[in-house]
Amino acid sequence: MADPSPVGSGIRRTIISSAEFDQIYRAWSATMASALAQGEPWAIVGIKRGGAVIARRLWGQFCAAAAGSKPQYGELDISLYRDDYHLKATKPQVLGTSISFPVDGSQILLVDDVLFTGRTVRAAINLILDFGRPRRILLGVLIDRGHRELPIAPDFTGRRIETRPTDRIQVRYRETDGEDRVELTGGT
Amino acid sequence: MDWTRKHLLGLENLSKDEILYILDTAEGFKEVSTRSVKKVPALRGKVIVNLFFEASTRTRISFELAGARLSADVLNFTGAASSTLKGESLADTARNIEAMGVDILVVRHPCAGAAEQLSRLVRSSVVNAGDGAHEHPTQALLDIFTIRSIKKRIEGLKIAIVGDIAHSRVARSNFWGLQKLGAEVYAVGPPTIVPRSLERLGVRVSHNLDDLLPEMDVFNMLRLQLERQDAGLFPTIREYARLFGLNGERMRRAKRDALVLHPGPINRGVEITPEVADGNHSVILNQVTNGLAVRMAVLYLISGGPSGAAPPP
Repeated sequence: MADPSPVGSGIRRTIISSAEFDQIYRAWSATMASALAQGEPWAIVGIKRGGAVIARRLWGQFCAAAAGSKPQYGELDISLYRDDYHLKATKPQVLGTSISFPVDGSQILLVDDVLFTGRTVRAAINLILDFGRPRRILLGVLIDRGHRELPIAPDFTGRRIETRPTDRIQVRYRETDGEDRVELTGGT
Repeated sequence: MDWTRKHLLGLENLSKDEILYILDTAEGFKEVSTRSVKKVPALRGKVIVNLFFEASTRTRISFELAGARLSADVLNFTGAASSTLKGESLADTARNIEAMGVDILVVRHPCAGAAEQLSRLVRSSVVNAGDGAHEHPTQALLDIFTIRSIKKRIEGLKIAIVGDIAHSRVARSNFWGLQKLGAEVYAVGPPTIVPRSLERLGVRVSHNLDDLLPEMDVFNMLRLQLERQDAGLFPTIREYARLFGLNGERMRRAKRDALVLHPGPINRGVEITPEVADGNHSVILNQVTNGLAVRMAVLYLISGGPSGAAPPP
């Protein structure tokens, strides 16, 4: 895999190239597609911002492949559910949440691009519960970079990568940035 | 941009970007009121006190609901039934309440400048809910938000504010906000309550509503304070209504997609007839709904950062 970045470098480099991203995405989406194919219909719900981009791509793919009823779709903005307002000088920007399907009794595939401490997913689950009581939620993440601070575990993982807690991981998408790739900026 | 202000005292000193940021934040809050559990935890554990020294039902309830939707604890202090009757000063009242641990004070007071003065005396954040005839920023913000949600822009719109502008904080805050966002603003009414000197604030003054009717995109009708008749500012309420009230006949001469706003409470048949208040041009109820989202956005943005950090006022 990628070689570790020099300590304290602050240099940004690509750790997953476009080609590798494609392989990871295909395998990840195929696993989820077959798991979700049986039984009741699912809803794909993405966590803004990055998770929503990849969730929309997944949803488009699942819709195209759906024989019967198409999966529902939703997007979450967790900025009102964070646990760290008292640690920051300014409030996070509110981006808006849209869930148009009834949550009670639904099966939700919650999608994010990078899983790190787990706090974002915790916030997303609380947000979903404020809309109703889903039958169950499964978690799909493209990248799991470790360093969990809460007991949160993904059900579907694209790729696990080794990072330091101070590193910054950024996923770029062809929809928004022209190309799919994953970048790491070494922490100081 | 990052929101750094600790208080919201008026729109006069806000930049265009800051106003847009509040409106964009309010967009994100609209959806909360459509859920079955209409709450988000963002201000959980925060205490908001509505310090109202003037009568108000809708503004106070709106702020109370906004705080509740953010999971804050909201307390109401109404001047009439309080120790101000015993002669306690504004500063002492506020400091006493603050000593119990309050994060945000929402203040309405009959004196211009009261909110700003309070902001210098207390450690909490202060939101101006109306100070004399000076400013009522959240009302103007929700008016602007309502217009923008339908017209998709403010720049270039022709907006008439009609009524008792000399005594209106709603008008003044609207003047500031709308002009910063590029609208052409007209102040309309009889010369006794819409003086030419208002032109110094950058608005165009007109004493003839009919002349402006076909050009305006928006009419914001202010409540005629009926007590003013005793002060001889206009001959009769009926004459005022005939010259400056919006009725069905006038709306037929206005643009087909013109909007009618009113901050409430309405004097039906005076500044606006029931036909217009309940008609297709009216967005009065939208204003009330949007008012919640806008006030949630304001409370969210100004509620504190790290304790001890003091961002600029």
